[in-house]
Amino acid sequence: MNEQIAVNSQVTPIVAVVGNPNCGKSALFNALTGLRQKVANYPGATVERRSGRIVSAGNLTMIDLPGAYSLNARSADEEVTHQVVTGTHDVEAKPDVILSVVDATNLAQHLRFVLELRELGIPMVVALNMTDLAARERISIDVAALSAQIGVPVIETVAVRKKGLAELTLALSNATLAPAPSNVDFGQTVKQRQKAARKIASATIISEGIGHRTTRRIDQVLLNPVIGPGTLFGLLFLMFQAVFSWAETPMELIEDGIGSLQIFLATTLSDGLFLSFLNDGILAGVGAVVVFLPQILILFLFILVLESTGYMARAAFIMDRLMASVGLNGRAFIPLLSSFACAVPGIMAARSIANERDRLTTILIAPLMTCSARLPVYTVIIAAFIPNQTVGGGVGLQGLVMFVLYLAGILSALLVAAVLKRTVAKGEADTFLLELPKYQNPNIRFVLTGLYERARIFLRRAGTIILVSTIILWVLAVYPAAPIGATEPAISYSLVGMIGSALEVVFAPIGFNWEISVALVPGMAAREVAIAALGTVYSLSGSEAMIEAGLVSVLNNAWSLPTALSFLAWFIFAPQCLSTIAVTRRETGGWKWPAFMVAYLFVLAYGASFVTFRVATWLLG
Amino acid sequence: MTSPPLSEPLGNRKPGFSGTIIGFTSDHENIESAAVEQLREMGFAEGLQVSILHQNPFGKDPIAVRVGAMTIALRRREAKLVQVTQA
Repeated sequence: MNEQIAVNSQVTPIVAVVGNPNCGKSALFNALTGLRQKVANYPGATVERRSGRIVSAGNLTMIDLPGAYSLNARSADEEVTHQVVTGTHDVEAKPDVILSVVDATNLAQHLRFVLELRELGIPMVVALNMTDLAARERISIDVAALSAQIGVPVIETVAVRKKGLAELTLALSNATLAPAPSNVDFGQTVKQRQKAARKIASATIISEGIGHRTTRRIDQVLLNPVIGPGTLFGLLFLMFQAVFSWAETPMELIEDGIGSLQIFLATTLSDGLFLSFLNDGILAGVGAVVVFLPQILILFLFILVLESTGYMARAAFIMDRLMASVGLNGRAFIPLLSSFACAVPGIMAARSIANERDRLTTILIAPLMTCSARLPVYTVIIAAFIPNQTVGGGVGLQGLVMFVLYLAGILSALLVAAVLKRTVAKGEADTFLLELPKYQNPNIRFVLTGLYERARIFLRRAGTIILVSTIILWVLAVYPAAPIGATEPAISYSLVGMIGSALEVVFAPIGFNWEISVALVPGMAAREVAIAALGTVYSLSGSEAMIEAGLVSVLNNAWSLPTALSFLAWFIFAPQCLSTIAVTRRETGGWKWPAFMVAYLFVLAYGASFVTFRVATWLLG
Repeated sequence: MTSPPLSEPLGNRKPGFSGTIIGFTSDHENIESAAVEQLREMGFAEGLQVSILHQNPFGKDPIAVRVGAMTIALRRREAKLVQVTQA
């Protein structure tokens, strides 16, 4: 990737896209380059480097820099913006042109940053974005006057409707040959520039507008002391209920499809190793995971919509008090909520947290948020052991148990954070300062793109990591073959049987049989593989009738309730998948913290499972 | 010389308050502290209307304030650096 940057910089001019958070910068970048990128409404959404190209006019390389309010970097991602535009970044070359994106509904505020960027002595173009919203709020700006005042071309754009893009591309292309902005002194301190910006704004804004009236009205409700938290928790609860109920039908369809495929293969192919490889190995393993695609998409649908409407920042506001009680701030809520989908983007989103210790704490507790990969594990066990009935006015018991599992993860994350902030990550709490962006309709195209990307990533994992671990497991489960006159199922004599028996010694105190013990090993590659592995192991050790009944009923017969509960408790905490460990190493710059994370989570998992198993056995015994 | 208008910290006020920013409390008279600079970067400035729209339901802190066209959430500790007067 870095090599590519170096090559590009030699041939094509580099345009750095800079702007305050919530100015529609990422949307404009996407519209210009056509590159897929998640668009979110909260500060710190752009934590990864995004680059793309415009080929139509002049062949430009675009770099989307993290949103910042100024060049005084306060967090890891603002630091990237500072380094790139000042030409001090390690790999990124100094840009040839700066595209400064400004929200037309908040000109005075965003202009201050434009005046600061002007000082860099790099040719610049200003995109006056969201002019459609400005028109709706009856704000009218004299663009020609604005351009004359700041001595830089100003182009009106509406990124989400792709308006003004041709003009903008042309202006950028011209700017590569243009001189740096003239040497007008708009002041050197924040205060001076703020004054200058307001003066320019009031001279060029023809009509002030009516303000974000709709947003304030919605906030009257959503930030109401009673309705606010109620709505937040209601939304989270609805999210988990929806994951169960909406996904039911598509999941059944996928399951039936896989089942018919297995039957079709069993009737067409002759009995033997190849059939076993296809049916017990690939279909039982990969199929057990693919079936969760609908649930994962529903979960992401909620997160993407909440992000793109601007609600996420409100959630951070409501959660700040709770987070403060364990020494974190509300900003940590955003990476943590992303971690419900996957800890990897969550850990990366922690870059927007300015305080290093807060950032470390957030990274360390991110894996405690129940990621979507654990959903398959929870779903199978719940379906097998929790009766599908309603309690207390139509609330599904299965959904309720799921909610409790998520809650257990959250509460333990808060406890762990409190302990970490008093020990290894000791220090004064960071402050909480967050813009609550105006509400916007969720951008359907971006939500769909986001869902498509998640589906692609999930299916690619199913096709690679999960497929490979399933095949390896199948091979280990089939060889060596059972001796003649064997009394047990063949798998007990295989390598998997041996590994399982050895591990069972460790896991027996928490109620795990050898099948579970062996499934935990490939579960390290990706958590959902544990279910794929159980699918394979039980498929090989069971009878035809059991296989047809599916993994859910197999487990129902094979495990006791305490074992199932203990298994659920285990997965609240552990194990980490390899990608989480890898990204933690990258983000913390060493092996110390990932090692610490794995160790503490393993200890918690073992402890929680032990207690769960013993208590459940005692209660049911 | 007219005496400066009576001011008090924004952080001490309740939701429903509306007034004008008249200045910031800084550690030193001429050099602004990093916290004040950050407040300015977020959009706080002298002469702007400011009103407290909401406060956290669980402990009255943080608060959400309207400054200019923006709504900003901040903790009372930082809000106390903003000196306001009744409009």
